[in-house]
Amino acid sequence: MRSLLRTDPRRGTRPSADGPDRADRTVRALVRDSSLVWLAGGIVGVSFGAISVAGGLPVWVPVLMSLLVYAGSAQFSAVGVLLAGGGPFAAAATGLLLNTRTAAFGLAVAEFIGEGRPARFLGAHLVTDETVAFALAQPDSAHRRAAFWISGAGLFAAWNAGVLIGALAGGALGDTAAYGLDAAFPAVLVALVLPALRMDTRLRRSAALGALLALAATPAVPAGVPVLLALAGLVLYGRKEAA
Amino acid sequence: MSATAAMILALAVGTYAFRLVGPALHGRVELPARLQELLSAGAVVLLVALLATGGLTEGGGFAGWARPAGVLAGGVLAWRRAPFVVVVLGAAGVTALLRAAGVA
Repeated sequence: MRSLLRTDPRRGTRPSADGPDRADRTVRALVRDSSLVWLAGGIVGVSFGAISVAGGLPVWVPVLMSLLVYAGSAQFSAVGVLLAGGGPFAAAATGLLLNTRTAAFGLAVAEFIGEGRPARFLGAHLVTDETVAFALAQPDSAHRRAAFWISGAGLFAAWNAGVLIGALAGGALGDTAAYGLDAAFPAVLVALVLPALRMDTRLRRSAALGALLALAATPAVPAGVPVLLALAGLVLYGRKEAA
Repeated sequence: MSATAAMILALAVGTYAFRLVGPALHGRVELPARLQELLSAGAVVLLVALLATGGLTEGGGFAGWARPAGVLAGGVLAWRRAPFVVVVLGAAGVTALLRAAGVA
C-alpha cells in the first residue's frame, strides 16, 4: 500500500513492472479481500429481500430495484419510506438524496474505469462506496482498475443473488443484526482508508472535520445530507508545500 | 405502470445519472490538477464520513454500543496492520458477541 493520492493521474498506467506471476498474485489478493465484502453484501441483500417481502411488497420490487438501482442504503431507505406509507415520490427522493455522493465517487474513479463506451457505461453502474474504497486503496492505476472491476462485478452479483434469495425464501436467516454485519461495513471502510490517512496529515485533518460535521448534522437533516456536508472538511485540505 | 415501478425507475435513472457524470466527462473535459487532487481527497473524506455515521448512528439517532464497539475493534486491528479478513471478521465478531451477551 502506497499513497492513495497521486498528483499526476497520467503516471503509472501500465503494469510494466509486473510479470504474469505478480499480476496473478494481485488478482488473487484482490479476490480474497473482496470476497469477504461480497459475502457480507450477499447476506445484507438477503435481509433486504426478506424485509421488503415481509413488509408486503411483491417479489419483483426488491429484485428489480436491486438490479437497476444497485445501492444498498438508498434501497433500504426507499423501501422503508414505502412500507411506512410515505408514498413513491418521497421514497424516490430519499433514495436519490442518498445517492448524490455517487457523483463525487464517479468523478474520483473515472480514470480507472476505462476508456471505451461499454466500460464507461457499465462501470458507472458499479460505483458503490465499497468498490470505490477498494479501488482507491490500491497503489497504482493498473491495480486500481483491476480492483474496481473485480470488487464491482463480484459485489453486483452477490448483492443481486442475495436479494433474490431473500425475497423468495423470506426470513430464513432470522435477525441479521445478530451477525454483527452492521459493524462489518464501517470496518471495511476503516481498513481501506487507513493507509491513506496514515501518511497524509492534510487528508487526516479534512476527514476528521468532515466526519464531525456529518455526525453533528445527522439528527437534524435528511439522510444523505450529512456525508455531503462532510465535504466542507476539505477547507482544511491546503496546498502541498511544493505546489 | 404502477406508482411503485415508476418510483424504482426514477430512482434508477437518477442514480445512474449521478454515477455517469465522472465516467462520461473523463477524457472529454480536462480537469485541472488541483481539482483532481481535491476529488481524490473528497472521496476519502466522504468514505470517512460514511464510516463515522454508519458506525455510530442509525435512523438519525445513536446506533447503540455494540456496533461502534465492533467498528472500534476493527479500527484497532487495522491500525495494528492486521490482514483485511481479520479486521472485518473481528469487527463483526465483537458486535455479534456483544449482542449475544445482551448489549444492544
